[in-house]
Amino acid sequence: MSQANQYKGFAGWLEKRLPIISPADHFFNHYPTPRNLNYFWNFGAIAGLLMGLMILTGLILAMQYTPSTLHAFDSVERIMRDVNYGWLLRYLHMNGASFFFIAVYIHIFRGVYYGSYKGEREVLWILGIVILVLMMAIAFMGYSLVWGNMSFWGVTVITNLFSAIPVVGDTLVTWLWGGFSVDNPTLNRFFVLHFALPFVLLAVVGLHVLALHQVGSNNPLGIDMKGPQDTMSFHPYFTMEKLFFIGLFFTIYFLVVFFAPNMLGEAINYEPANPLSTPEHIVPEWYFLPFYAILRSIPDKLGGVIAMGGAIVALGLLPWLDRSPIRSARFRPVFQIMVFVFVIACIILGFVGAQVPADAFQIYGVQVFGSLSVLRTGQIFTAIYFGFFVLLPFVPLFERPRKMPRSIAEAIDGHA
Amino acid sequence: MAEQVQDESKRDFLALSAYVTLGVGTVAGTLGILNSLTPSADVLALASIEVDVASLAPGQAITVMWRGKPVFIRRRTPEQIDDARGVALSALKDPQTDAERTVEGKEEYLVVVGVCTHLGCIPKGQKEADVRGDFGGWYCPCHGSHYDISGRIRKGPAPLNLPVPEYEFLSDTNIKIG
Repeated sequence: MSQANQYKGFAGWLEKRLPIISPADHFFNHYPTPRNLNYFWNFGAIAGLLMGLMILTGLILAMQYTPSTLHAFDSVERIMRDVNYGWLLRYLHMNGASFFFIAVYIHIFRGVYYGSYKGEREVLWILGIVILVLMMAIAFMGYSLVWGNMSFWGVTVITNLFSAIPVVGDTLVTWLWGGFSVDNPTLNRFFVLHFALPFVLLAVVGLHVLALHQVGSNNPLGIDMKGPQDTMSFHPYFTMEKLFFIGLFFTIYFLVVFFAPNMLGEAINYEPANPLSTPEHIVPEWYFLPFYAILRSIPDKLGGVIAMGGAIVALGLLPWLDRSPIRSARFRPVFQIMVFVFVIACIILGFVGAQVPADAFQIYGVQVFGSLSVLRTGQIFTAIYFGFFVLLPFVPLFERPRKMPRSIAEAIDGHA
Repeated sequence: MAEQVQDESKRDFLALSAYVTLGVGTVAGTLGILNSLTPSADVLALASIEVDVASLAPGQAITVMWRGKPVFIRRRTPEQIDDARGVALSALKDPQTDAERTVEGKEEYLVVVGVCTHLGCIPKGQKEADVRGDFGGWYCPCHGSHYDISGRIRKGPAPLNLPVPEYEFLSDTNIKIG
């Protein structure tokens, strides 16, 4: 306000009355961006874009959907068969959720690998975890709206998790359901929340971006920018690079939408919900599988629920668990191996979560760990998952970091 | 700005009463909203049902809906009853005798809520062809809990026995549940 208005024409006229031109200008044209960002730095933008697409397709779908146990399943089928381009909207929305999670999981991996939670980025990181939890809640409630048999039993199993809470558990579950089982009141409130929470998500994403612009982007070297020699303008250099990569990512997304839209779903969810028939094998959507595997690995009900919640809380505690002053795993040989083991553990837990606990563990029909049961495999990799976080504070005590360049410019140009 | 405050207690009174009103109002409003989400009158109205079990032969079972949940009614054979009574309490995760779970004189009929106490799936075992688990009662396919012929948890992650709903025999073969 006290600053001189440097904008001309309509922009100048508007800025005088509503100060939105200068922040936008600052965000795009004057946000110093490290020169050395790699393609991993595109997934935040991709996730943001997908969020927009989910809200847009969701709004249109909600205009055709009926949140009642009598009509929900049929109204989804009507969208698929009768509504013009309804199939496209629904497949975009349904697979959009999966690709949103793909983008966010890679985004989180990027953050862990390059230590993006360090250097006054605690709030930025925590906001990111809040986004993840919100996404999970929204995705879960959205899945219930289809009111297929997997929707129904998924909701039943997950809401029943709260009954593990001592004393108030059962009362809490009845309150959540608005009845004595998952029924119409449950579907109605889930619809409302599935509609409303994405706007809360949008606001938290806004705060996440605000926090990012306060601290600045991390980069693959994990060294702070020291001056203009280390940076490039966000626009047009990074916007152009991002657009290219976004195009690549969306090509894969559209390939799935158009050629394999049900690849990531469960066939049984095309059967209407039936409170008297539990599917032989309840499986959540793929993005919940690692957490589901952790839940099942603990033989105690309350313990399983605590472990599952703890898996996300542990991620949120990273800024405090990782004591090393060096950010990027490139210069941390021990941490680098640990991150890779952690990622492999997450992927194997994902496979474990999709299988029947008593069987031998298989990946595409091959028994990879001999006769080891799914349950036992899950327990081993759950231990590795949490082992990562337990070991982390002690790593700096014995880790010998690799030689680091003094600045970003030195790493690229050979001189500072 | 330079005015003298005449009586500070008046200002304190205004502030305090405003805060108290706000606080009480917020609590009362929140409780009201939370309460509106609990089961409504029409849901509660469907709280009890009557079932005729005259057509059940020993060994057979039927499933009825009660409060949106299935209730298993199984007419047990004498061997099954002996089997259920012969289990030592020390072998049970949630110790309960078979007598505690049935009505005296009507031990033939076992009435339990057919919802797994682990995470709420419907256990298999009502149909002849179903897998009934290692203890001949019910088996939950979701996470592998085995229940015996008295509906007690014997193996697997479920913490409790299948709950016995409130019920009474109105006549020889007429059961009122709820």
